[in-house]
Amino acid sequence: MSPPLLTRWLLQGEWRSHRLQSIVAVLAIMFGVALGFTIHLINTAAVSEFSAATRSLSGTSDLTVRALRSTFDETLYPMLSQHEGVARANPVLEITVGIPAKAKAVHNPVLKILGLDMFRAISITPDLLGVPAEDKPMDMLADDAVFLSPAAMEWLAVKQGDSITVSMGTEQITLRVAGGLARAHAGQRIAVMDIGAAQWRFDQIGQLSRIELKLQQGVNHTAFREMLGKELGASYLLTESQDDDTRAHNMSRAYRVNLNILALVALFTGAFLIFSSQVLSTIRRRSQLALLRVLGMTRRQLLRQLLLESGLLGVLGSLLGLALGYLLAAMALRHLGADLGAGFFPGLEPQLHFDPLAAIFYFLLGTGVTVLGSLLPAWEAAHTHPAPALKSGSEYTVLAALRAPRLAAVCLLTGIIFAGLPPVYDLPVFGYLAIVLLLIGSMAALPYLCGLLFSTLLRALNPSKSNILYMLAVTRLSNASGLAAIALGGVLVSFSLMVAMAIMVTSFRVSVDNWLAQVLPADLYLHPIIHQDMRGLTTDEQQTITSLPDIARIDFIRSIPVTLDPTRPNITLLARPIDRNDPGLIVPLTENALSPGEISPDTVPIWVSEAMVDLYGFKIGKQVTLPFADPSQLFIVAGVWRDYGRIFGAIQMELSDYRKLTGDDHVSDAALWIKPGATIHTAISALKALPFGDTLEIMETGRVRAVALKQFDRSFAVTYLLELVAIGVGLMGVAASFSAQTLTRIREFGMLRHIGLSRRQIQRMLTLEGGLLAGFGIITGFLLGTGISLILIFIVNPQSFHWTMQLYVPWAWLVLMALAVLGAATLTASVASRRAASGNVIRAVREDW
Amino acid sequence: MRYLWILLGWLIFQSSLLSAPPVLAPVVPGKIFEFPDDHGAHPDFRIEWWYVTGWLETPTGDPLGFQVTFFRLTTQTDRDNPSHFAPHQLIIAHAALSDPAIGRLQHDQRIARSGFNLAYARTGNADVKLDDWTFLRTADGDYQTNIKADDFTMKLSFTPSQPLMLQGENGFSRKGPKTAQASYYYSEPHLQVNGTISRQGKDMSVTGTAWLDREWSSEYLDPDAAGWDWVSANLNDGSALMAFQIRGKDGSKIWAYAALRDASGRVQFFTPEQVSFHPVRTWRSTHTQAVYPVATRIRTDKIEWQITPLMDDQELDSRDSTRAVYWEGAITLTRDGKPAGRGYMELTGYVQPLTM
Repeated sequence: MSPPLLTRWLLQGEWRSHRLQSIVAVLAIMFGVALGFTIHLINTAAVSEFSAATRSLSGTSDLTVRALRSTFDETLYPMLSQHEGVARANPVLEITVGIPAKAKAVHNPVLKILGLDMFRAISITPDLLGVPAEDKPMDMLADDAVFLSPAAMEWLAVKQGDSITVSMGTEQITLRVAGGLARAHAGQRIAVMDIGAAQWRFDQIGQLSRIELKLQQGVNHTAFREMLGKELGASYLLTESQDDDTRAHNMSRAYRVNLNILALVALFTGAFLIFSSQVLSTIRRRSQLALLRVLGMTRRQLLRQLLLESGLLGVLGSLLGLALGYLLAAMALRHLGADLGAGFFPGLEPQLHFDPLAAIFYFLLGTGVTVLGSLLPAWEAAHTHPAPALKSGSEYTVLAALRAPRLAAVCLLTGIIFAGLPPVYDLPVFGYLAIVLLLIGSMAALPYLCGLLFSTLLRALNPSKSNILYMLAVTRLSNASGLAAIALGGVLVSFSLMVAMAIMVTSFRVSVDNWLAQVLPADLYLHPIIHQDMRGLTTDEQQTITSLPDIARIDFIRSIPVTLDPTRPNITLLARPIDRNDPGLIVPLTENALSPGEISPDTVPIWVSEAMVDLYGFKIGKQVTLPFADPSQLFIVAGVWRDYGRIFGAIQMELSDYRKLTGDDHVSDAALWIKPGATIHTAISALKALPFGDTLEIMETGRVRAVALKQFDRSFAVTYLLELVAIGVGLMGVAASFSAQTLTRIREFGMLRHIGLSRRQIQRMLTLEGGLLAGFGIITGFLLGTGISLILIFIVNPQSFHWTMQLYVPWAWLVLMALAVLGAATLTASVASRRAASGNVIRAVREDW
Repeated sequence: MRYLWILLGWLIFQSSLLSAPPVLAPVVPGKIFEFPDDHGAHPDFRIEWWYVTGWLETPTGDPLGFQVTFFRLTTQTDRDNPSHFAPHQLIIAHAALSDPAIGRLQHDQRIARSGFNLAYARTGNADVKLDDWTFLRTADGDYQTNIKADDFTMKLSFTPSQPLMLQGENGFSRKGPKTAQASYYYSEPHLQVNGTISRQGKDMSVTGTAWLDREWSSEYLDPDAAGWDWVSANLNDGSALMAFQIRGKDGSKIWAYAALRDASGRVQFFTPEQVSFHPVRTWRSTHTQAVYPVATRIRTDKIEWQITPLMDDQELDSRDSTRAVYWEGAITLTRDGKPAGRGYMELTGYVQPLTM
């Protein structure tokens, strides 16, 4: 018989008899690979889209000069334009406006308008030039004309010749759509108009957002950047295009890495399932394999045969995973957006590109993990002496090899140590390693724990009083704990991960909910139709709102984006009335803030979010300078507060300080408290009746909270999905392990039938065994899961998202899930045992020669 | 008489509802020129230029034609816009070298809105700047220009050797049958040129003779006009000739003018009927397929002038920047068959009619 034919026979035979296990293993690998590949594809698409879009905005410039606040004085433009080493300078005013027509349908309907000097832009960003109608070339300079990218035209449903109304603060400006752009980046929503017109129409006279520089040939870019940086001082930022790429990567990094690690967890689960099914399979086929060896198959051939079995499952699972991953990515990009609902990349429509290198990587990862999972049992099977292996009961020597209390202790201990280590490159690498080590350690410890528990239980039982089936089940579990542990592994892994996720997400959600209650103390909130509106509300408008009769108290808030580091996303500056004596009334402090006495009179107090401490080192008591004010003004970090809204960092300060330092007396938001006796509805109608009432977005606090929680749930959509997958894989694993295990014990059941147990009794005994085991698995899984959730909550989250949270355990949900898993496991054991107990008793015993 | 009448066309037909449209001054007969003020910009007029053309001699004795032009345009934008970026005035500049050794025009152009002292055309005296391109009249009456083009740089100074030459009726120069179709126009022939031209990193000193044209106006070309032919020449005997005709879409003459000033300063003016252009030889551009009458016979009453180009390909194609395509080149001319002098010829409207 030729080896390939034998190989095929053996493979077919094995798969035919154990379809379920094979399918479960393939599914697990598939999900792991699919998830990893999806996340990779989506993120690559999003980041490359973001970079390409940013690059198209800066064109062929060598260096971009921007201020740390959103705009700066235009006198810098002629200075830079005539600066030595500069060949061309392209001034840009970037305006963010709202689209009132979209306010109902879209949250924060933002359109970016670039004010360009076409004569300067032509040499640096020629793609962004407007294309006017043939007969209206001067529209390029007209002060009522705007040019829209194709994506913007589609979004606004307008064409050349139509007009659009945009809003800035309470003002509405109507512009004529004079044409498209020379070559806009596909999917990018932008508008372009003359820079002089933009300054005038949007009340930004004398202001620029950035200046793009093209350097003269032969000028050393690094040296020039350094020199200009010194010359301009700390309030300006110099960036090159690679900085924007870094910024894009930083924007989604924490989120992306966390998802990738979840994918690895799925793969890990898959590998474990392969491992456990291979262990069971080699045990079950022990005599068969020994026979093959006796008949002349070499160790290497046998090893190859066993690895091939699982390897082929891995190949199948990985291929299916790649296909599913691509499909999922396409669906997710269409329905959730490039950031899976997290909101990092608005205004972009990334295109999905198949990435062959990544596909190969994930394929190899899936297959490799499978082969790795089957390596140990295959090695053991191939290296056993065939003669003893042919004897009954020799499977317990296999299981002895799997008993590794020392490994378990080392893993658990290292895991605990790793949990205490700091992040690497802003990422909780050790936190995740700790979780993996805890999982491995717990599984390695399972046979030992299982034996310990059930032998204790056995000793505690009174043989004369206890049910005979119960006695049999406990005795079995206490003596064959190795075999039981393998069935348990799947339950342990999936249930512990489920518990961990459930506790983490609940803690997070409850913390966010509590936090929302704390940061939204007023009855009503209002702002112009977009957030961080450049104009916001003027002092007159503020006065008008304040003088409404139903308002008891009103807090105005100025919110502006600020860049502290060009390679990091913007932080948010919030200026609002804060009582220095009791900042905790407004700011959700995490620890004691500095008292007014500790703030020296020449410094201005700021209260920073936790992210500011981690990312910028703004520790309490530290004196810092901030770019929106004169650099000589010192600020002192007077407190740290919790912020779940802005993971890139936020700073709060007193509105009066902000106004003194910047001269900006406009505000972006207002928080309103209603007088006792007045109703929210009359207050809202009064606000709506103001001359600028219909340009305001007025929200009841309840709605703000609902919107925030909805956003929260959206960004955890993937986590929920993964949780479901984990449960599914876990349950399938339970089913597969139990049915396989009962089959390996066919001889045992034959013996029990011979000494008088009925079929139904054997079945009940097995069901009981299943229930006891699952119960043990669930308890262990719960403990392990709680441990993992603690790592997620107190280590992974603060390290990757820079916020802390309180622990909340969703008891009811956990109990429900525990019961569900217990029920499913018991049911599976029952179904599987019916098959086992129904076998021919005589034949079953005869097999035992 | 320059191609920018094209742009003028754009600006005029631009109509939008402005709260404060620019108020433009008309060109009327009888203006008394005042210098140096009239050397400077006239922002109340729609269009204006400082236009120098001439022949240079390299150290090796080879001829080289050059053109340096600065335009100022008043746009139709709202004067209420207080932004320093408001494009109320545009500055455009063209520079070109005609070197027979290269066989085609080397040229470059710039355009910018005036503002921030990066680009301007000042009043009071000639002082125009567009980034690092400048044209300036000094206190002693010399002109200086500095051009940094992509393929060459020019640093030239021009010293007057003759008085100004007012065109038309004391500087009121008609461009068509309607009196409103006119400009203020004076020339400064026989400017002595000194300076440096550098190409491919190599400097060379040059000397030569140039012609300055100054023109400003608010009116536009006759609606039927397709383009024009224009010639100016510094003659060997110290006289100066300027002649142009405006062609209709059917190739006919809509308007024409010529003036010949002798070395003693006596000027002979020719009526539209006395001036005629007769193509002798045409050249087809390989860039645009346009056919230009590069060798031409001009009659001014009884005198016959024969025009021969320094080289055929002196077409300036700026379609991808300032949009204009025209032929502007160095020429030699004979008077009644005898060599008479050197100058520049401009041929516009041969690619497409100027009704943009």
